[in-house]
Amino acid sequence: MKKTGAQILCESLIKEGVEVIFGILGGAVLPIYDTFPQYPQLRHILVRHEQGAAHAADGYARVTHKAGVCIATSGPGATNLVTGIACAYMDSAPMVAITGQVATPVIGKDAFQETDITGITIPITKHNYLVTDVAELAKTIKEAFHIAQTGRPGPVLIDIPRDVQQEQTDFVYPDKLDLPSYKVVSRGHPAQIKKAAKLINEAEQPVIIAGRGIIISQAYDEFKKFAEKAQLPVAHTLLGLGSFPGNHILDLGMLGMHGIACANMAVQNADLLIAIGMRFDDRATGNTREFAPNARVIHIDIDPAEIGKNILTEVPVVGDVKSVLTALNEEIERREHGDWLSQIEQWRHEYPSLEIRQSDELLPQYIIHQIYEATQGDALLVTGVGQNQMWAAQHFVYTKPNSLISAGGLGPMGFELPAAMGVKVGRPEEVVWCVAGDGGFQMTIQELATLTQENIAVKIAIMNNGYLGMVRQWQELFYGRRYVDTKLWNPDFVKIAEAYDIPGIRVKRREEVIPAIQKAMEYPGAFLIDFLIEPEENVYPIVPPGESLARFFEPSRPEVLGGKL
Amino acid sequence: MGGKLTNTKHTLVALVEDKPGVLNRITSLFRRRSFNIQSLAVGGSEHPGLSRMTIVAVGDSAQIEQVRKQLDKLINVIKVSDITEEDMVDRELALIKVKATASTRSEIMQIVGIFRANIVDVAPGSLTVEVTGDEDKVNSLLGLLSDFGVKELSRTGRIALTRGSSS
Ligand SMILES: Cc1ncc(C[n+]2csc(CCOP(=O)(O)OP(=O)(O)O)c2C)c(N)n1
Ligand SMILES: [Mg+2]
Repeated sequence: MKKTGAQILCESLIKEGVEVIFGILGGAVLPIYDTFPQYPQLRHILVRHEQGAAHAADGYARVTHKAGVCIATSGPGATNLVTGIACAYMDSAPMVAITGQVATPVIGKDAFQETDITGITIPITKHNYLVTDVAELAKTIKEAFHIAQTGRPGPVLIDIPRDVQQEQTDFVYPDKLDLPSYKVVSRGHPAQIKKAAKLINEAEQPVIIAGRGIIISQAYDEFKKFAEKAQLPVAHTLLGLGSFPGNHILDLGMLGMHGIACANMAVQNADLLIAIGMRFDDRATGNTREFAPNARVIHIDIDPAEIGKNILTEVPVVGDVKSVLTALNEEIERREHGDWLSQIEQWRHEYPSLEIRQSDELLPQYIIHQIYEATQGDALLVTGVGQNQMWAAQHFVYTKPNSLISAGGLGPMGFELPAAMGVKVGRPEEVVWCVAGDGGFQMTIQELATLTQENIAVKIAIMNNGYLGMVRQWQELFYGRRYVDTKLWNPDFVKIAEAYDIPGIRVKRREEVIPAIQKAMEYPGAFLIDFLIEPEENVYPIVPPGESLARFFEPSRPEVLGGKL
Repeated sequence: MGGKLTNTKHTLVALVEDKPGVLNRITSLFRRRSFNIQSLAVGGSEHPGLSRMTIVAVGDSAQIEQVRKQLDKLINVIKVSDITEEDMVDRELALIKVKATASTRSEIMQIVGIFRANIVDVAPGSLTVEVTGDEDKVNSLLGLLSDFGVKELSRTGRIALTRGSSS
């Protein structure tokens, strides 16, 4: 039986196990939307801005390990997706973005709402397609999902002209792929694994740098066994938080620009770094020339192009983290590393980065910690970008696998609300907290309507400092306190929530924090808390840009910034 | 960063799918990673549906290796290798339109003969010369002809294959 392109799309999505699509319609996708009623098993969530659709699909993907799907019309719909696609690309989240395109006869003629979205998204997708023949559609969708979800995951965009959506052809969903050049190495090379094990067995001061690759590979058990067997302390990249229990004795927390002092000290003094599923981002390494000066480096990653990109690696192991760690666990010896671990403990005491100062002020660190206490870590935390993100990374204890969802690579303000929406849709049984910046929240605030329309119970905690806080902090520390255009006039967020039919409260004092969190948790639906936090609170420690990780500044170490403060 | 930090000329050879947009994906990748392509030549290969591309780029070995790996990740790139260190044959074709007067014409033709190049067009004020060879040969001929005045020049850029039965 012949089917239209639109029907083929829907049936192929179902074959791929898609349950939810985030999107907004428009002229170039009307034939697709017109067929949705024939496929009630596909839930379409109508967002209020396509950026929201892409971030929601991204959030959904990060917690379900399946490609998140978003859809937009041609032209402005497609360009609005761009930030969300770039974000998923940087953080290796699987996504299939579907865009409508003007009809094939007018492509290239600057037709109404025509944009070259495949051209635009070449550098921010793992691959993309313009489908000009309906006979190619099913095959293309199959390839797109395969590419998005395997190897190092990422976004794939499929641009479908309107006439292709309407044309008919026989529908057969291919069961074989024809991708001769696309190879995924899953098992690490045995010789490399042996070499890595040798270095690990010989190391006296080893440190693991755990990245999101561990989470993507769902290698929590293998990783825990690995760290415990050889007593390897674990530092995390921002996105690696949630790969290892944050309350474990071997856990050091996050390294990098806002890394916990003992994590940075351990990395800088290590004789061996075992980097797993991470890419040596500059926010994690600080100055690369002074990074871990005495360490030999093992780098485990599924993407061969990551090896040696930023840091010279002695033993690369290309493969899927889970499979590589399983093999390594057989090869490594039990070790104690007593002296090294007690040295690290000493740094932990010397530089208590996580201590929250006693104060009557409403401190964001305290709020985050109270969200942890109230949930006992049994929640998924989605953050914005900026100070709120760093406080969330530092002061929540990520004991649950994959419990931090944050935009690390691109860092787009406005990620928080739509991503939290996608996370909650993907994992409805979980408590989902959205830690928002007052600035970032206003970049995608319109998705409050989506929460209400679709009944998505996200708990929103705005860290309202009345500033583009992270930028203000840089102005304070590195631009002589000249606060140029970082002060925000803000609307009444509680009233705004109310207008969207979402209850909310404002918290100004410390003693109101716990009851407010309790109230939000007890309420069955979405809930907003506007925390009026200490406006000029800073994120510490901070490694000044371009400096080595050892030169972290915190108020107890004024010499680091010296005359600059 | 490690590797040889000296910038040298590298020859990359890629087998790519002959589909719309593929060239764009490849050049976009060079641009995005801040690499200058010195020359790029593309045309048919022994496989129907696949083109062979020869790219000459300048960089240190580590940088070029990074670009090679990134190219290898492109779905439309079947295979890509850096054959700089390998035993290879490389050729370039150039068309050179050189000024010619009654008095210089025979001298030009003599030079062309020595280089085993061909005259492919004769006009009242000019000769068009076709030369094939490695870059050095093309450069030396060009050097000699420039004394007469080169009006137009078009070079294909290098194409290359490894020697012998290796692939
Ligand atoms: C879309 C976008 N624009 C600008 C920036 C640069 N930027 C990084 S953090 C930040 C401040 C964010 O302010 P807010 O959301 O209030 O968070 P805070 O740092 O105050 O917690 C800005 C402007 C960005 N990351 N994303
Ligand atoms: Mg703020």
